[in-house]
Amino acid sequence: MKFLPLIVKNALRNRRRTLLTISSLAISLCLLGVMMALYYALFIGGQPTKSQTRRVVVRNKVSITFPMPLHYRQKIAQVPGVEEVMVMQWFGGVYKDSRDQRNFFARMAVEADKLFRVYQDYRISEEEKAAFIRDPAGCVVNKVLAERHGFKVGDKILIKGDIFPFDLDLTVRGIYTSDELDDETLWFNWKYLENMLRNSPRLAAGNFILLARSEQDVPAICRAIDEMFANSEAPTKTEGEFAFGMSFLSFLGNVKMILMSICFAVTFTVLLITANTMAMSVRERVREVGVLRTLGFQQSTIVAMILGESVLISLGGGLLGVLLAQGLCAMIRQGPLIVQQAKTLAIEPPVFAAIMAVSVIVALASSAVPAVSAARQNIVDALRFTD
Amino acid sequence: MILPLSYNLRNLAVRRTTTAMTALGIGLTVAVLASSFALVDGLRLALEASGHPLHVLVTRKGSDSELASNFERRVFNDLKFKPGIARNAAGEPLASLEVVTAINLASIEFPEGANVTVRGVTPVGIEIRDDVRLIEGRWFTPGRREATVGSLIAKRYPEARPGGRIRFGRGEWEIVGVYDSSQMARNSEILVDLNQVAADFGREEVLSSALLRAADPVAHQALINDLEADTRLNVKARAEKEYYAQQMSSGDLIRYLGTAVALIMAVGSCFAAMNTMYAAVARRSREIGTLRVLGYSRTSILLSFLVESVLLAALGGAIGILLVLPVNGITTGIGSFTTFTEIAFRLRITPQTMAASLLFALLMGAAGGLLPAFQAARKEILAALREG
Repeated sequence: MKFLPLIVKNALRNRRRTLLTISSLAISLCLLGVMMALYYALFIGGQPTKSQTRRVVVRNKVSITFPMPLHYRQKIAQVPGVEEVMVMQWFGGVYKDSRDQRNFFARMAVEADKLFRVYQDYRISEEEKAAFIRDPAGCVVNKVLAERHGFKVGDKILIKGDIFPFDLDLTVRGIYTSDELDDETLWFNWKYLENMLRNSPRLAAGNFILLARSEQDVPAICRAIDEMFANSEAPTKTEGEFAFGMSFLSFLGNVKMILMSICFAVTFTVLLITANTMAMSVRERVREVGVLRTLGFQQSTIVAMILGESVLISLGGGLLGVLLAQGLCAMIRQGPLIVQQAKTLAIEPPVFAAIMAVSVIVALASSAVPAVSAARQNIVDALRFTD
Repeated sequence: MILPLSYNLRNLAVRRTTTAMTALGIGLTVAVLASSFALVDGLRLALEASGHPLHVLVTRKGSDSELASNFERRVFNDLKFKPGIARNAAGEPLASLEVVTAINLASIEFPEGANVTVRGVTPVGIEIRDDVRLIEGRWFTPGRREATVGSLIAKRYPEARPGGRIRFGRGEWEIVGVYDSSQMARNSEILVDLNQVAADFGREEVLSSALLRAADPVAHQALINDLEADTRLNVKARAEKEYYAQQMSSGDLIRYLGTAVALIMAVGSCFAAMNTMYAAVARRSREIGTLRVLGYSRTSILLSFLVESVLLAALGGAIGILLVLPVNGITTGIGSFTTFTEIAFRLRITPQTMAASLLFALLMGAAGGLLPAFQAARKEILAALREG
């Protein structure tokens, strides 16, 4: 440790190079940090929100696009541990102009009286809630969505039907917020579908959303429901709401593979950057190493000093990189809702540790060769060395 | 006087370790950009190659996709005798009524399952797809629970290979053959008998779409206009090619992500190149002084260092392209927001991508080399000769 001042001095002897190296490392490690944070949030550490842990989604096993008969509701309600069952149907449709991506948001038909019991994280005034339940053509919208499109209570929203053979003419009865996650959804009264599809076989459930009595009941509920319908007209697949959301990820392409390749490429780049800097910096100093050796410095001390310098620079880049990555994560959180996890993206402690570990390992790996060869050099040759 | 290029090349060769490491760093950045282009190009080429120029796709008015369309058999019977539709040898109109649904199958890439298009067609539906040819087994038999799958389906979904059975609708379907088409998007579909699958899903009267073959290019546009204007039919008609082209938006996210990552990496690589070039300038201080004494101007020194940096980057660009070439031809899948199912496609490294990657590398080299080159040019002769 007594050599720390010398290491710092050495790192600062060529300030421009150190600065360039640290900036270069910071940018690369920032990128690595964001990619790792995404990977971590999506595949390792992503956690369902508190209210989500009790919600379970039932869908048709064949595909999400197939409905299930409505009479499943009664059977599902009798499964032990199920507190509430709500029918939901994806309406799809077109709002204004479908070519503008911003006009795409989820529009779901849902049993109005049950919505706020199943989604306990939703906040809405009692009057608005009552008005929504009363109006068969009413809808409620998430506050973020309402702000984007300027929806206010009492406004009319027209949705052209595509999957369903009719258009929706809805009145906004309430605007809700969520304690946990603004899902940017429009929920409209199930009675609208009932009225339009009277006696039609198309009146069916897209999904059933259940509220389990407790989180512990969820696995048993999933098993019980899927077994119950295994040999019926429409076998089901039941899973927690969080897992259900994850099943849409493959839609974006092979995300796992893409993130992994980027991480790999960036890590390797970081290795190259540090290796290059350390090689340059050691080469300049061969004569100096000779002097140190003459003064009685051990080879191991010299190796340790060079490695320490590399680690110091690399950790500087790593810390700066993590700071930048936090900023980038904040930007992604403000971005469009693609996956739930993007809304809470941050550099979690494990990711922070991984970045620091990458910095240190890369620093050691990249400077080991120049450090050892510099230390091993014959003193006389080293003193005679001119660059 | 301009310094010869060989001077720069030799200098790069002398410092080969540093050169190699800097070039490789630039190469990796280029590789990231090029692979995101390869994904997007692969998707684009697959979609561009799909759809027959004379085909018209008809869905219900207001539907952006076949999956979301409800197309009545009655409407089909009205429109199949519209003028301008080509006829086959037997004199029947080349008009195919189709039903489209999506099923979830486990794939090699996504074991948790991906959505796949199942398309119910009549024999006319196969006839109209004259780009399609059988490569294994046979076509499904009308009236039986049999399916013939696209080549990419057979490749990616172990359950959907000949001899296998898949479960949807009211029972199991046997896979009896594999077809392949030059129109890539078709290879991501499972074809079954229209009436069989419609009965399974209770959609005998309400199907999804109609595919029509126009007699010639003029009739093609006329047919679209005619169908669009027919308020009684209330349908949306569009060129089949256009339908596939609109699915290109699925690749947007990858394009944005890839470009953003490559740009950020480029800044890092620029700094690395700058570092290398500053070191070169410092090491060659006396050499620069000598060159100036010999009569080379500041401008030619500046140019020479800039050229050296660009050469270094060009090497990096070449390495990057070489690194990324092996991904050419790899098959992957992405969800289409139009069909709500997976489109499989092959990654493609196009000559344009190579050119763009190289240009990207050169820009990095120029940006990284500019400041060090200025520093080299600014050196005073005497000071430079005394340095180092």
